[in-house]
Parts: sequence; C-alpha cells; structure tokens
Amino acid sequence: MGTFDIALLLSGQYHDWLLRGLVLSLQIAATTWVLAVPLAIVIALLRLAPLAALRAAGTVYVEGIRNVPLLAHLLFWYFGAPELLPEGLKQWLYAGNVEVVSAVVALTLYTAAYMAEDIRSGIRAIPVVQFEAARALGFGFLATMRRVILPQALRVTVPPLISQTLNLWKDTSIATVIGVAELMYQAAKVESATFRSAEAFAFATAAYLTVSLAITGLAAWYHHHYPARTA
Amino acid sequence: MIELVQTYWVYFLVGQYPNGPLGGLALTVLLAALALVLALPLGVVLGLARISPFRTIRWPVTVIVYVVRGVPLLMVIFWAYFFLPSVTGHKTEQFSTMLIALVLFDGVYLAEIVRAGILGIPRGQFECARSLGLGYWRTMRLVILPQALRHMLPSLVNQFVATIKETSLGYIIGLTEVSFIAAQINTQVFTRAPEVYGLLALTYFVLCFGLSRVAYGLEQRLVRGSPVRPAASTVTAVQSLKAPA
Amino acid sequence: MIRFDKVNKWYGAYHALVDVTEHIAKGEVVVVCGPSGSGKSTLIRTLNRLEPIGSGTITIDGEDIHRRGLDVNAFRSRIGFLFQQFNLFPHLTALENCTLAPLHLRRLTPAAAREASLALLDRVGLAHKADAYPSELSGGQQQRVAIARALAMEPPLMLFDEPTSALDPEMVGEVLLVMRALAKDGMTMVCVTHEMGFAREVADRVIFMDHGRVLERGTPEAFFSRPEHPRAQQFLSDIRTPFAQAA
Repeated sequence: MGTFDIALLLSGQYHDWLLRGLVLSLQIAATTWVLAVPLAIVIALLRLAPLAALRAAGTVYVEGIRNVPLLAHLLFWYFGAPELLPEGLKQWLYAGNVEVVSAVVALTLYTAAYMAEDIRSGIRAIPVVQFEAARALGFGFLATMRRVILPQALRVTVPPLISQTLNLWKDTSIATVIGVAELMYQAAKVESATFRSAEAFAFATAAYLTVSLAITGLAAWYHHHYPARTA
Repeated sequence: MIELVQTYWVYFLVGQYPNGPLGGLALTVLLAALALVLALPLGVVLGLARISPFRTIRWPVTVIVYVVRGVPLLMVIFWAYFFLPSVTGHKTEQFSTMLIALVLFDGVYLAEIVRAGILGIPRGQFECARSLGLGYWRTMRLVILPQALRHMLPSLVNQFVATIKETSLGYIIGLTEVSFIAAQINTQVFTRAPEVYGLLALTYFVLCFGLSRVAYGLEQRLVRGSPVRPAASTVTAVQSLKAPA
Repeated sequence: MIRFDKVNKWYGAYHALVDVTEHIAKGEVVVVCGPSGSGKSTLIRTLNRLEPIGSGTITIDGEDIHRRGLDVNAFRSRIGFLFQQFNLFPHLTALENCTLAPLHLRRLTPAAAREASLALLDRVGLAHKADAYPSELSGGQQQRVAIARALAMEPPLMLFDEPTSALDPEMVGEVLLVMRALAKDGMTMVCVTHEMGFAREVADRVIFMDHGRVLERGTPEAFFSRPEHPRAQQFLSDIRTPFAQAA
C-alpha cells in the first residue's frame, strides 16, 4: 500500500476537491437545518392538534417518512419527482443544480419527521396542567403553545434536537448516491484518481469526526448551562 | 402500475434467485436479521465494557464508540470495502462487506442501548445479588442482564427496523438488495421512475411500519407487568406432601 | 461473634460512623435504633462489606473481614441481608429467587435446591406462592420470600435493614412474626428497625445511635423504661408523643 502521504491532504488539487466536498456538505446540512426546524414545529403541532384530521395528517407524514430509508427518499426525489413536474419547471430544474435541490428536499423532509417527534416529546413532557392553566386564562391552542408550552419545551427538546442535527450531518453523506459532490463523493473521487484510499478516507473521517465532536460538545455545553428546570 | 408489479414482483422480492445469488427484499431482510443477530453479542460486550470499573477497558471502548458514532455509516462501509481486501488477502464481496460494516456500526449503537438498559436496573438489585454472594459476572448473567434485555426488547425491534433501512446503503457498493433492484428495474422501464421508486418506498414502509407496531405492542405488554406462567405442578406437589394441619 | 473495634467511616467530609466499638454474641438478637441519619443503616451495611470503612476493624468469628485475600463472595454468602425494598428479582418466581444462590454457589442439584427452598417458603408461610412472580405478591409476602431466600444459604448471621419500613401497616405483623420465629430458633440477628414492639419483645439488646455514635446500649427493658443519655430520652419521648413536639 505504500506510505501515508499527508502532503496529499494539505495542499494541491486533491486537497481542493476534498475541501470543496466538505464545504458543500456543511452547506447542505445548514440549509436543511434551517428549513427542517420550522417544518418540524408545524408537524409536531399538527400531531398535537385538537382536530383529529390534523393529527392524522401529522401522523401520516411522520410514519410515512420515517419508515422509508433516506436512500430511497433521495432516489425518489432525484429520479422520480422531477418527472412529475410540469415541463417548464422540469427544464428549469435540470438547468440548475438538480442534484443538490433533490438532496435538500429529501433531507429536509426526512430530518423534519424525526425532529417533529422530538419536539412532540418535549411538549408532552410539560405537565398537562400547564396547558389547562393557559386555556383557563383564555388563551387559544396556538397562543398557549407559543406563550406557555413551547418556551418550556425548548429546554427539554434541545438535547434530542442536537442529536438529530448530528444525524443530519452524517446523513449528508448519503447524497453521494445521486451524484452530489459532497465530502464522501469527493473522497471516493480522490481514491479512484490516486488509488490512495487511506489518505482520502482519513481526511473524510477526520472531517466528519471533527464536526460531530463539535456538535456533541455543543450538546454538553448546553446541558451544563441550561439544565431542564422543573416546577 | 399494476403491470409493473406483475412483471417484476419476483425480481423485486428475491433478485435473480434461483438463477443467481439471492437479492431484492429477501436479501434486505436476511442481511438485516443476520447483522442484528451478530451485532447483539458485540453490543452486550461493548455495553458491559462501557460500564466496567476498570479504566483500561472503559476508555478504549468509549473512544471506539465515539468514533464509530461520529462518522456516517457510509464511511464505515467504505472503510470495510476498501480495506478488508488488504486485511483478508482477497477481494471481499459486497454481502460480507456490508455485514461486517453493519455489525460494527449496529454493535456500537446497541452498546449504548445495553448500557442504558443496565443502568436502568435499580441499584438494589445489584446490591442484593452481591449480598447473596454472587460475584460480578454471575450477578450480570443471572440477575441484571435478563432484566435489562427484557426491557430492551422494544428498542431492539426498533433497532431491527433501523438496520433494515441501513441495508439500503448496500446500493452504493453494488449489493443487489431491494433498492438496487428497484434501480435496475427503473433502467429497464425507464419512463416510470416515480412509480418504481414510489413502490420501493411503499415496500419499505409496509415492512418497517409493521415491525414498529410489533415493537409498540411489546412495549405495552412490558408495561402491563411480568409474564404470567401457568399454575405449576410444584405447588400441588408440596401440598400433597404436607400433612393436613 | 461480631466485634467492631473503633470503626470510623466518612462520606467525603461527613463523619458517618464515629469510633464504633461493639460486641455481638452468637445467638444474640440486637436492635439498632435512632433518628434518621444516625448511621444505623451504614453500620450494618459495613458488616457484609456493602460499605467500606475508613479505619478500625470488624471481625466476625475472629476473622478480620477486610483482610487481604478474603473471598468476598463466599463471605457474603454466609450472611443473610434483608433490604427495606425487598429487592426480589422480578424476572424469577418466588421459588426461583430462593434457589438461585444455592444452585450457583453451593452447587446443589436442582431437585435438592427446590426441595430445600420449598421447605423454607413453607416456613415463612408462602409455599402456596412458590410459582408466583414478585409482581403478584404483596409487600409483606415479598419480604417474607426475601427472608426465605436469605435463609436458603443457611447463614449463621442475618442482618435486617429496616425490613418493615416500606410496608403498609397491616403487613408489618406477618414479617415480624417470621423474624421472631427466627430469633427463637437461635439465629444471630442485627436489626435496624423502628418497630419498638419488636425490640421490646424479641431483642436481647438495644443499641441507640445518633450522628454516627453509639450513645446507649442495654437490655430492652432498661432502654425503654430508664434511658440514660439525654438524646435517647428525647428520641423515646418523640416516638411516644409525636404531636407534643409541635407545641
């Protein structure tokens, strides 16, 4: 196999490929996160809504998404969904960066389903008497959620949400299957160009680990500074 | 859609078997089951190591757990795919590669489930077993683990569901599991991509949702109390031995 | 049989046991009482090494229980320990709870272990519940099974850590009756308990502790009618007239 050539990783063309991949991975993760969290809150509230039809819609979403692997989601949104679009929209999509768009759509829907469950658990952790007290004061469902429940639920919810963020970061790697040039894709590309699998994958491993540890560290910091307060 | 199913359902379910290696949904389920069965003992060993009183055991295992959980499964698969051949001497085929990657990855996740399960057993159980004179390993084997594993059953079924979904990554290294088969079907049919991949999603949904219902049912049963055994012969035996008062 | 010699224990800076020196003879029934936090549970937990000690020695039958090379498991198997929370193993039936230790530690055959354990369950009045799971038993029944389980190893010494404190009042009696029967059979017993009736009727000696120190010791008759130490006097009067304190 030869010696480990660290120079390969520190500068030069292959270094640039890997770095570009890392940057794209981070961008995809960040974009997905920003889109998924609001969607997750909506889904969580749907699941808790007083109206049965709304609850059913939320449940269908969550169960439908979570029981299908992310890879299948990506295949559907990249190969299948564009075919369903009207012709003009389809052409516009293919002219642009269809791989990344499909990846972000798939990842957003997937991640939101998991986050919605964590937010729902967080809300359910708040004693129901809090909800009753707010309603007794005259607040409607949404107002109760906004002013009383969600602020309290936040502290309980943040640790599992950070854990889902960690999962999201790792899930960006699966986008490689539809040709998104993120970190994993670039590492494989470097490998096939140079046959130096150890160096390429060492870079990728180190990059994933570093960001993962940073996210985990954030969770520990949050837990230390903002422990959940009970009544 | 119906003709699609009618034409390809066998291929979808079992791949090219018996005219070739097993594939499709059967391969997916087989791979997931085998991976979980092998990962469980590894998970128990790693979980016990994580709570070991000895630092020399605890620290290396904690590092392994953090590293494996910090990288994507795809990374572990690639490590297996590119480096197993140099370790074993000859090219490893996709099934073994996926199996090894899954066993390692799931073993580490199971380790955390096992660890949480063991730590969830009240300390009094441990103290009592030690007070009776049972050593550490006997205590684990006879008292703690039986209870912990029973409580973990719903989590284990959920892990099985997760593993089934993880097998889909075999697509990337060319393993003929159900997602790969779907893609093959798609290249043959070509103009029906939404239907093909929609059916793929539906298949996973039915399988995984069904299993998660089983997990839910198990959890409810566990909450309701310990299993009831039929009235035993030992009781009648004693009563027949004892003279009436 | 049991000798405490200047035993001290600290939890960090907190001095939990202070220069405890006691002697308990074979066949004696000793009740240890005192207010919460007095160190009574800690004291008996040091006897089977569930708690380590800071300084001093504890000897049982002349042997230092902390000596190097002592097989802790064999040592513990010769002492019966009853917990406040019973701690029956929920995944095993009452009978299986009793046969567990003899099967694995004394190497009895399954048939012999079953027979011996059934006899013990009968002794505590629960032979008819041999195949019941702990979740199907009341608190009093569980504690009696726990006693049978402890007896299964034929220990010469039994320790009771507030065995009836977690029980509903109507079940306390059935457990105390079993304990009294054990005492009558000559078992050496050290009991931490709040049941003063039991102490009066069954104990040979009462030891009173507070803040980690043994403040008074004596026969039940002497302790209950003529306590000498002011703290003991306070304790007894609080027990007898609980509502007087609030005045």
